[in-house]
Amino acid sequence: MNASNREQLVVEDLHAYYGQSHILHGVNMVVRRGELVTLLGRNGAGRSTTLRAIMNMVGKRSGSIMINGTETMTIPAHHIPRLGVGFCPEERGIFASLNVEENLLLPPTVRSGGMNLDELYEMFPNLYERRFSQGTRLSGGEQQMLALARILRTGANLLLLDEITEGLAPVIVQKLAEVLIKLKEKGLTIVLVEQNFRFAAPLADRHYLMEHGKIIDEISAAELPSKQEYLSKNLGV
Amino acid sequence: MTILFGVPLSVLLGQLLLGLINGAFYALLSLGLAIIFGLLRIINFAHGALYMLGAFVTLLSLQYLGVNYWFALFLAPLTVGLIGMLIEKYLLRRITGEDHLYGLLLTFGLALIIEGLFVKLFGVSGSSYPMPDALKGGFNLGFMFLPKYRAWVIVAALIVCFVTWYMIERTRLGSYLRAGTENPKLMQAFGINVPLLITLTYGYGAALAAFAGVLAAPIYPVSPGMGANLLIVVFAVVVIGGMGSIMGAIVTGLLMGLIEGLTKVFYPEAANTVVFLVMVLVLLVRPAGLFGKET
Repeated sequence: MNASNREQLVVEDLHAYYGQSHILHGVNMVVRRGELVTLLGRNGAGRSTTLRAIMNMVGKRSGSIMINGTETMTIPAHHIPRLGVGFCPEERGIFASLNVEENLLLPPTVRSGGMNLDELYEMFPNLYERRFSQGTRLSGGEQQMLALARILRTGANLLLLDEITEGLAPVIVQKLAEVLIKLKEKGLTIVLVEQNFRFAAPLADRHYLMEHGKIIDEISAAELPSKQEYLSKNLGV
Repeated sequence: MTILFGVPLSVLLGQLLLGLINGAFYALLSLGLAIIFGLLRIINFAHGALYMLGAFVTLLSLQYLGVNYWFALFLAPLTVGLIGMLIEKYLLRRITGEDHLYGLLLTFGLALIIEGLFVKLFGVSGSSYPMPDALKGGFNLGFMFLPKYRAWVIVAALIVCFVTWYMIERTRLGSYLRAGTENPKLMQAFGINVPLLITLTYGYGAALAAFAGVLAAPIYPVSPGMGANLLIVVFAVVVIGGMGSIMGAIVTGLLMGLIEGLTKVFYPEAANTVVFLVMVLVLLVRPAGLFGKET
């Protein structure tokens, strides 16, 4: 496999705006197949906006975003998931007018090889028990599981996960960590925006550190122990 | 002769039947408005004009092309649905995300233009459309005479309303529609072509209005103003049912028709205002409408 085949997501000089506000100031990052990469940074650093810009969910954008070798800056927003991308938004995006199973079945299949309902219910037994409940009546943890399960069914092999542990109990966070390890073992590529560094650190192959809408550093898993102090200072933890 | 509440039973049932027919039109029209408001967040003031267009397509296709009523039941919704899709794609899309007021003003202006054009071409007086042969006459139920056409209007409207409700509440396409109403950006991030979904939705809402127009052609004069007269009541029905509520639009439409019918029997002076009185009461007690979700 040559280098370009291994690179599943390549972002170059990405600028993004919300209205008149310039949020991203030239983001550059590369994510290879099967990697789990985190975007770390303080609130407002531009981590969530990076994911939303990749999905074409912000206002104006410029630069380049290549997904599986396809330039996505010029294609309509609804074509991007069809390149094999699954997005799990920070606010979870559970639809109140749909029950759990309808929420699960909502996103269309984008590639073969996605998990079927039985496999998803086996991975998240709580969802099976509550499959006919209105999506927004679930607990925060269950909603997060639903948001994650929803994109696993589509067959997406590049997952963009935005703050999936936010506001969840430690036992649920632990469960999500186990799920991410399983997904990584299956060969899925994951970009994780995470505030909970303790959750992200043992899972990731590499970390990108963001500040003021830019990537300011790249830290591999091997370098992590020696950079703890530096990270703590930059993340404010 | 049986007397109920001081009124002959046949008179009471006759007015209830008339009310149910009006209610069937209210239900069809408010259903289209509710669907459009649900996804597009646009208060579609052009809905009355689309209803009128449906009736005119029926009338003109008979006069110039010899198209009969049964074929017009498909042709008019299809034609007006396509016109609706063009309106959405080339006009309404330009004001996506703007305040409700822009959509209201744009569709109101559009309605004035369409109606003005038809007044210029066909005058203000209405034309009549012949009743289809198969629906002439009626059934003598013993206590009242039920005209076949009026029974047909009620049955056809109920079937279309039920099919629409089923489609929205029980199918995959309907779940796209409901989810698109809540979070269109996320739907796009799942790979759903939301702009196309919106165009089709407006087209379907327009087609529903046109279907009501076809049903109306043989019993009401086909005139450029026929939609404008009905639209204000239909808006009141949508508000009572709950803006954007599908079941609310259907049930409230039929209910308001019946209440109007009963008012005509017991207090005719209030028959034209009773729907608005109910609207005021509902807004006071339950501002989100009878079937709307409180936020």
